Amino acid sequence: MKRTVPLFITGLVGALLIVSYYVPHPPFDSVERKIPDYFNIIAAFAFILGGGNLLRIHLTRISRRDHEWLYSVVTVTGFLVMLVLGLLKMTGAEGSAFGVQANLDLADARLLYDWLYRAIFVPCQATMFSLLAFFVASASYRAFRAKTPEATVLLLAAFVILVGRTPVGHLITAWMPEPFSDYFHIPNLSAWLMSFPNTAGQRTIQIGIALGIISNSLRLILGVERSHLGGSD
Amino acid sequence: MPRFLAGSACFSFLLMSPVIAQEGPGSSSPPPAPPGPVSAADRTWDAGGEIIVSWEPSPDADRAGVTHYDIQRSADGGAFESVGTAPAGATEFRDDSGVNENIEYSYQVAAVGPGGEGISSPSASVTTHIDWFNRDRGNILILMLIVCGSITWYIERARAGQKLYIRKIAGMDAVTEAVGRATEMGQPVLYIAGIQDMDDVQTVAGLTILGSISKMIAEYETHLLMPTSRSLVMSTARETVKESYLAAGRPDAYRDDSIYYVTDEQFGFVAHVDGLMSRKKPAACFYLGAFFAESLILAETGNSIGAIQVAGTAMPTQLPFFVAACDYTLIGEELFAASAYLSQDEKMLGSLKGQDFGKLIAMIFIVTGGVFSTLAAFTEAAPVAMVNRLLGLLWGSPQ
Amino acid sequence: MVTFFRKLGALDRRWIFLFIAVSVIIPLIVQRPAPVPPSPIVRTLFDAVEALPTGSRVMLSLDYGPSTAPENDPMSMAVARHCLSRDLKLYLLTIWATGPPLITNLLEEVVEADFPEKIYGEDFVNLGYKVGNQGLIQSLTSDFKGQYTADAGWGDENPSRPTSQIPMMDPIRTVGDADLIIAIGSGKPGVKEWVQFAGDPTGVPVGGGVTAVEAPLLYPYYNAGQLEGLMGGLLGAAEYEALLTENYPQFSEQAQEALIRMFPQTVAHLVIVLFVIIGNISFFVLRRAERKR
Repeated sequence: MKRTVPLFITGLVGALLIVSYYVPHPPFDSVERKIPDYFNIIAAFAFILGGGNLLRIHLTRISRRDHEWLYSVVTVTGFLVMLVLGLLKMTGAEGSAFGVQANLDLADARLLYDWLYRAIFVPCQATMFSLLAFFVASASYRAFRAKTPEATVLLLAAFVILVGRTPVGHLITAWMPEPFSDYFHIPNLSAWLMSFPNTAGQRTIQIGIALGIISNSLRLILGVERSHLGGSD
Repeated sequence: MPRFLAGSACFSFLLMSPVIAQEGPGSSSPPPAPPGPVSAADRTWDAGGEIIVSWEPSPDADRAGVTHYDIQRSADGGAFESVGTAPAGATEFRDDSGVNENIEYSYQVAAVGPGGEGISSPSASVTTHIDWFNRDRGNILILMLIVCGSITWYIERARAGQKLYIRKIAGMDAVTEAVGRATEMGQPVLYIAGIQDMDDVQTVAGLTILGSISKMIAEYETHLLMPTSRSLVMSTARETVKESYLAAGRPDAYRDDSIYYVTDEQFGFVAHVDGLMSRKKPAACFYLGAFFAESLILAETGNSIGAIQVAGTAMPTQLPFFVAACDYTLIGEELFAASAYLSQDEKMLGSLKGQDFGKLIAMIFIVTGGVFSTLAAFTEAAPVAMVNRLLGLLWGSPQ
Repeated sequence: MVTFFRKLGALDRRWIFLFIAVSVIIPLIVQRPAPVPPSPIVRTLFDAVEALPTGSRVMLSLDYGPSTAPENDPMSMAVARHCLSRDLKLYLLTIWATGPPLITNLLEEVVEADFPEKIYGEDFVNLGYKVGNQGLIQSLTSDFKGQYTADAGWGDENPSRPTSQIPMMDPIRTVGDADLIIAIGSGKPGVKEWVQFAGDPTGVPVGGGVTAVEAPLLYPYYNAGQLEGLMGGLLGAAEYEALLTENYPQFSEQAQEALIRMFPQTVAHLVIVLFVIIGNISFFVLRRAERKR
């Protein structure tokens, strides 16, 4: 029963969505639009579960003074501050939330929320994203070695793209006359690599992915795939 | 004159009654000439909620006397009301605002300019019909039946006992080695099922693989660490892993807290995971699901702590980063094949053969289309043109 | 010698990080705009905006977060400046939760600074954020105002009000009533979703601007004619800025963000190329030494 009911629901909803793609007659026409809404509602409730789990784990660490419990204090404080300010920001002109009068003026809540967003959230995001610049360099240094002919081709393509995506690429081969420049001028070569070999590779991978999704989804709908329900078949 | 429209039971008549021109208030220039004859037709193969209104442009459109067209609709002989506007160069408008079956609609189009508006004569009445099949998607249906049919057929052949050959997937062969290494070193196994929610099929694929791997982890008595980026994924993963531990005969070893929610925010999540990896130093890291920019951050951090890393994603933009930084990478469809591969269940392996049949069809069409499109650039021979037309019909975009 | 190359081949990654940091920080301090010749793919997008008649409706969706703002902000600002210069109606929206502050930033830095004569509700409008991802885009093809019942407003002078009271919202019943959709994005949902769920079903041309890592994914759509031009990464943004300043010299000071950032990107790319060359030299020297042995 524990596995049969989820398998039945999966099969029914999967089949319904497939049929609704081809049948414009009501009620099928609205199925495609409404089911994502139902998912969003479930996900919103699940967020309460996740938020509660987050608070529980960190409050437990704080209460037990576990290893590095001070970071849990930071986490809980950040979570609660943004939650409260976000709620106050959305309230009416009276500055109350759910009937509870707040001393904080609505404009202040909005200003403080915006300040925290710009002063803390934005720099933190920018910092994490900027790690990529360093990691790309270290990964390239380690990975781009001409060990095989294929690796050599990859290496040369990487050089063309790296240089072609900068003004230097234009300067290096600006002297080339036509028709050579149509193919060997670095920005043109870079654009050619992106438009043809890259496009071919992307499309091939996407065809494979699409077929993989069809196969995986069909296994789920037919109940052949049950690993996500755990345990053995 | 009557005009019969394919796929629809309605007619449009071009009426020649006098047209109307209205001057704007206090305007010195005359109103623009009204548009030409207006026709309205039910859109075919839809849910009966759209009417296509067409007209010939106002003669004043070329002389910049028209700023836009105002489309007006009358329902069941009532007054005309505006339902939308179209730019000066338009000759067609799709009315899908509150169009219902069994109501007779009539349209007139007003050319609006600085001097006022010129209103056309009304079109003939039109009613809409709700269809049961979207014929524009017929080619997709045929392909779907072929591909799904082949998958189902191979599954049945596998059920009947036929042995099927599946090539090796190095990343999945390494799972045992990775989990064993973590057990020997006394370090945990880190599992990340992507950063998308349960509505992404890659996340589902990641969780189906989790079922097999967590069973192995339970048998080896290794510790699992699984931070998640979505609450629903946390809930589902907990159920999956709990059942796996039960199936492995180790329900006592299962810990709810080993699977926990961190944050929906992409970089907040990866900051936590990076910190976790630096502190706990997992010996094996699995990244199986949908990833974005954080893929390289995760993979490089895992590389720096010396973990054995197995990654798999269907995000083409992130595959190069995983290939460069991880020990094993499941590329695209291999992610979806992995759970079948790990289970070695004949029925699931059969579905992989069916998937390959779909790929064979794609290859045939790519080669045929490429060859005949190239030939068409050099010759106008009838067979070449016919094949190209056929391929164009078959692969026309669905609406 | 072999020992030297062995150490070079196994260089501590922190040296690489240090070189990259220096190669980015110094050019950023120097702040010299780099000359960038526009590529055909960016020129296509520019020409698409240029070709629109006055009063055309452009939907500009800012689908990114602060992490990619250095790459995406120059794109959205250049496009916004271009549209407003041509007296096009600009509809600002976002399908990312992190989008609204970016819209506010754009309104302050572009509209308030360069177009003070533009009227909110008549020339531009802020529709804000709506949850729903690609589901939202899909529903916009049938009922736009059903989703956007009110705008997000801007500042105290333009509080949020029902879209039925906003003049430039009158002709918008579905997203198909737009004349051009430009999506600036960095992930999912983004440009691809706008093409799949809005552009293809309605026939409205869609243009895009994405981070460099996302651009290869969208080239198939551009080659197939489903995308009306694409700005890929900082280079794409710089090319659009170059086209904008060439055709509208009044923005030569403001539209320089991406052009200035091309200098550190150039230096960083060259440093990476240098390290890759060093790594390969080390690899070949060591392999030769192994074979001799």
